Amino acid sequence: MIWWIIKRDLLLAMRRRSDMLTTLFFFIIVVSLFPLGVGPEANMLRMMASGVVWVAALLASMLSLGRMFSSDYADGTLEQMLLSPVSLSALVMGKTISHWLVTGIPLVLMAPILGIQYDLSVEALVVLTLSLLLGTPVLSLIGAIGAALTLGLRGGGVLVSILVLPLYIPVLIFGTGAVEASTAGMGFGAHFSILGAVLLVSIVFSPWATAASLRISMG
Amino acid sequence: MLTTKNLECIRGEHRLFSNISFSVNPGELMFVGGPNGSGKTSLLRLLCGLSLPDSGEICWNGTDIRELCGDYRNVMTYLGHLGGIKDDLTAIENLRISSALAGCGIDEDQAADALGQMGLAGREMLPAKVLSQGQRRRVALARLLVTQTKLWILDEPLTALDIAAVDLIKGILEHNLSTGGMVIMTTHQEIAMTAATVHHLTLS
Repeated sequence: MIWWIIKRDLLLAMRRRSDMLTTLFFFIIVVSLFPLGVGPEANMLRMMASGVVWVAALLASMLSLGRMFSSDYADGTLEQMLLSPVSLSALVMGKTISHWLVTGIPLVLMAPILGIQYDLSVEALVVLTLSLLLGTPVLSLIGAIGAALTLGLRGGGVLVSILVLPLYIPVLIFGTGAVEASTAGMGFGAHFSILGAVLLVSIVFSPWATAASLRISMG
Repeated sequence: MLTTKNLECIRGEHRLFSNISFSVNPGELMFVGGPNGSGKTSLLRLLCGLSLPDSGEICWNGTDIRELCGDYRNVMTYLGHLGGIKDDLTAIENLRISSALAGCGIDEDQAADALGQMGLAGREMLPAKVLSQGQRRRVALARLLVTQTKLWILDEPLTALDIAAVDLIKGILEHNLSTGGMVIMTTHQEIAMTAATVHHLTLS
């Protein structure tokens, strides 16, 4: 059943590529503008690289949150999901996975290429990419809760940011921390362990919390 | 058997309805009527468990539907007036996905067959956005042909349909009723249907 939802959402994303590309282009533009604005000071660029990439990834993922449930809500599919004999948490998990595949994975794939502009070493590029690989699913999982809570509200976009940004901050701190630790020549294992722990906790709690929020929003 | 006792629904400061009690047995049909804004859709949403009544209870075979959860959703089909049709998917994809969501997955042939019966033969592969309002409605209603459920809760199923399609739907509903099914529907165009008992509930 999760498979059906993932397949459907990927199919819809393929039929409406502009939505997916908006997120990716936003990410590319923000990350590329910084070196141009700050100037070609290699040391400074290396220092700010992970922060800029991570903040851009955070904002890009937030940009796409509004669409996560809104189209299903508008055409009545969400009602059918709530009435499905399949557990709503499982359906929500499917939607979150496809959201990550559509918005998270492209960012992860683009990050090493964009990182070159910041004169990062190969090791730092690898760590940056891995930290995004671990961190972006958390952004989708936590974002889903916010998107579900603000469903159908006017000005929901602003409210989503206020709701989910505080929860994104640990991911931001440990994601950038991993890259900084690796450039400083220290171990980055601890940062990855914490990112992994956050990911596991959100996999367990987010579908359940999102399902509960959807029931409140639709009731 | 679906029974309700003293249902009450309040929206904001306005009481839509109160003291609604009825029971629908196998083979019985219930028309829910009333002017616009009288709470017909709100009542149907309560009956299928999408929202909770402000007071009163809804029981399926004697057990509250809130306790039954998944078991109740297994025996019930709800078609809202939105229909749940995705513009970017083809008619066949729409039908297959909505059936899978409702817990009875069907293959391509079954879906094509159901759409053919609904008069959409040859249009299965068109994206829903190019279909007319009535054709989209037919895609949504095609689910009734493949579903295994007994209790159908339909919100304005006949809007945008032509005379031939109304006859078709009438046939499908009568078939469900004659095999022990139950139908609760809202409509503004009353149609004559054969059922064990036809209840009329008018909200004011």
